[in-house]
Amino acid sequence: MSAGSRRIVEGSQPPLTYPPYKSGALRSPTRPLIKLAGDFSDFAAPVYGYHAIGETDADLTRQHAGEPLGERIIVSGRVLDEDGRPVRNTLVELWQANAAGRYTHVVDNHPAPLDPNFTGAGRTITDDDGRYRFVTIKPGAYPWRNHTNAWRPAHIHFSLFGESFLSRLVTQMYFPADPLFAFDPMFQSVRDESARQRMVSQFDLSLTEPEWALGYRFDIVLRGRNSTPFEART
Amino acid sequence: MSAENTLTHMSEEVPLIATASQTVGPFFSFGLTTNTALGRLGGPNTRGERIRLEIRLIDGAGAPVPDAMVEIWHADEAGVFLFGRLETDPAGLCAFETIYPGQATTGAREAAHVNLCIFMRGLLRHLYTRVYFSGDPALESDAVLAAVPPDRRGTLIARRDEAVPSTWTFEIHLQGDRETVYFDL
Repeated sequence: MSAGSRRIVEGSQPPLTYPPYKSGALRSPTRPLIKLAGDFSDFAAPVYGYHAIGETDADLTRQHAGEPLGERIIVSGRVLDEDGRPVRNTLVELWQANAAGRYTHVVDNHPAPLDPNFTGAGRTITDDDGRYRFVTIKPGAYPWRNHTNAWRPAHIHFSLFGESFLSRLVTQMYFPADPLFAFDPMFQSVRDESARQRMVSQFDLSLTEPEWALGYRFDIVLRGRNSTPFEART
Repeated sequence: MSAENTLTHMSEEVPLIATASQTVGPFFSFGLTTNTALGRLGGPNTRGERIRLEIRLIDGAGAPVPDAMVEIWHADEAGVFLFGRLETDPAGLCAFETIYPGQATTGAREAAHVNLCIFMRGLLRHLYTRVYFSGDPALESDAVLAAVPPDRRGTLIARRDEAVPSTWTFEIHLQGDRETVYFDL
């Protein structure tokens, strides 16, 4: 395939309707999406920066007076387009539960402790290599009410813009070898095994800081700016 | 082998395959929607007619969606794109203060419109849709609307509030007889 084309693998994205994920029952559209043919659409308009990045925004362990509890980790990786080019100067936002599996959110009533020294939200901008880096705390697993005894594997939510709204992505980063993967409808909604595995970060010794924090690598691929969004799917 | 240039789990073959989407979940607001200034688009010098765009999200049971995130972007009169982002309130509402959209400089002529990206618990992928404006004579010749079956075009058209003419209201139905049109881009 030539540069600028797209390679869409069946099952590499979750379906809009996935019954095991109960929250979608009244929320996922039931009619087919309308395909737009042609290149007239300003859905591909460039995205402009809109957020000033603060000094501690990429270090979630330094946003309060004290240090948060839990296992300190470094999460870093590269953001690339489908042609393997770095996506530079793009906003990366993340949010997550604390080490006990509790979110700083008014409607999270999981009876696990909040940590006054951890909010769990961060943002940064990718560098010229498409690289980003966060310092945070390894989040805990937590229960949810999708089905009896349902637990989410530990994960960090990511939000990225890329070059345009076509490349907009909200995803979740998981941790290696989590025993909850097999039982999690969110993870299982991605039917392609290799696509599922690309949501799992890898332990990376080169990212660790001795005497300080372990490191996990999580690379992200966004739809490319020159990709042809309307070509026949393979 | 340098770890610097090695992608996690990825073959060296391009094109690479885009990372899978996952739901924004129920607990995004402390991470994504703390900046309420993103409900106002454009600056004091942005030219155009000031409008308020009220968007209400409704699920398949007719209940408001109180935990969605709505992102909007549209051109101003100079063809510069403006961006906004809000979460819905308990009534399923979010309201953007912006200007009546201008014509995008890129591509073919289209009716005035606002592009939308919708995220919520229950959606494994975000949805793309558009807001058009009732009474716009260009609706008849808009290329994107032309791709929509005529009986569903009305789901994409905002109404002017009769009491407050600068306010436009738009309902997004996720399911049902009035299910909004969403686009596959």
